[in-house]
Amino acid sequence: MAVASSNVRAALDRDLNTIRDNILRLGSLVNEQLQLSVKALRERDLKLAHQVVSTDERINQLRYKIEEECLTTIARQQPAAGDLRQIITAMHMSVEMERMADHAVGIATIVIRMGEEPLLKPLIDIPRMQAITSEMLDQALDAFVKMDVEMARAVVVRDDEVDALYNQVLRELLTYMAEDKRVVPRAMYLLWVAHNLERTADRVTNLCERVIFAAIGELGDYKPPKPA
Amino acid sequence: MTQRATLVSAMNAMTNIGTDTQTIVAADAPKMKTESLSIYYSAFRAVADVTLPVRDRQITAIIGPSGCGKSTLLRALNRMNDLVAGSHIQGKVTLDGEDIYAPNMDVVDIRRRIGMVFQRPNPFPKTIYDNVAFGPRLYGRIPKTELDEIVESSLRRAALWDEVKDKLKQSGLALSGGQQQRLCIARAVAAEPEVILMDEPCSALDPVATLKIEELMQELKKDYAIVIVTHNMQQAARVSDYTAMMMMRSDRAGEMIELDQTQKIFTRPGDKRTEDYVSGRFG
Repeated sequence: MAVASSNVRAALDRDLNTIRDNILRLGSLVNEQLQLSVKALRERDLKLAHQVVSTDERINQLRYKIEEECLTTIARQQPAAGDLRQIITAMHMSVEMERMADHAVGIATIVIRMGEEPLLKPLIDIPRMQAITSEMLDQALDAFVKMDVEMARAVVVRDDEVDALYNQVLRELLTYMAEDKRVVPRAMYLLWVAHNLERTADRVTNLCERVIFAAIGELGDYKPPKPA
Repeated sequence: MTQRATLVSAMNAMTNIGTDTQTIVAADAPKMKTESLSIYYSAFRAVADVTLPVRDRQITAIIGPSGCGKSTLLRALNRMNDLVAGSHIQGKVTLDGEDIYAPNMDVVDIRRRIGMVFQRPNPFPKTIYDNVAFGPRLYGRIPKTELDEIVESSLRRAALWDEVKDKLKQSGLALSGGQQQRLCIARAVAAEPEVILMDEPCSALDPVATLKIEELMQELKKDYAIVIVTHNMQQAARVSDYTAMMMMRSDRAGEMIELDQTQKIFTRPGDKRTEDYVSGRFG
């Protein structure tokens, strides 16, 4: 019975649209940061790494802008039920995504610290971790816009792929370090990068849990059923 | 407890989440209850099949779009509809398990035990004192000192005493709208009711007077079961413990489509129509 009857909700709908648009803007900025940080690592591009670090300020600003919009909408429109859940979700998502951007900055900072030092090993799993995480983020944002619970749940399941790759990277780097102590610093650089990516994917699952809350009011960790 | 204090205590309760829901669920038998209640005006069924428990020392709000039978339902709770020619009911309304529509019931006594406050403040054209003393006087001669005590304590309960204690002999009609409404509450309280029904008690009041009535309701619920009909959804969300959502069916009879804890109705209602109504999509 979605009766688009009158203008009663016009202002609220406008506010909700603005918040949604800004969440998408923030999401695509964060995703770009993530991709650029790993590109900077792959191509050993220090200039690009510095660019990632300096772009972070824009992301922080946008996050506060979204919070301000949510606050104002709550105060002025007094939303309830699904509208209220969406706004609370947007606030959580903006915080989560701002932290995800901090992980991208973390990776860029490592690239800067590595300087000209050669990579310990060719990059295979780390770019793959980033690619999956970026895809997950896109899908989480899509699920948010569509309020699609099934899509959000499917994204949570993909976190296992990133975790598996992280464990693989960890094992491999431990082997390097155990064989030759001198490579420890260079191995640690890569481990930190992988760790940042693993944490980012975890935060994408938090986004999805928030989308589930917004859509159906279920609050809490989503535990995907274990495959038989 | 002031409205502000309600907010603070809600915030404190957040450190203790989970416990209060359990207490509410474990509450005793309802103070009042309607069971499959239908209300008719002659052949027209205005309210259909409502089963609504009213819990003691809790505020139950009835919300819903205009014409959905909220006020009709409220009025059936103390047999005010009896005054409308042709009105009759099917089903049951009980107070402490007793059927208030049973033939042996004294209607005047029922309306004393279940008081009502109306949309527009309606003090009698009498002094403030006489307004409050009106009910007790109906029930027999009461010594002056005792009557003075009843008047004072009722006015105190209605949070009006401090404002009127020096002008008890002035006309109730000389008070402001908000004060008049509190005078009507004092008048209801003086009759020592068990349940207080409120039919949009703040719709004729300004925001400050509204807030005072809302604070007062939090005080009153310590002693009474309160049922309030309101068009103001924020008010229902602010003051009530339970919310009943009513809708008009296609045959124009009002039905209750959802009843739940207020926090649930306003954050994750179960029925799509409730969702649409509380988020302003119609009504």
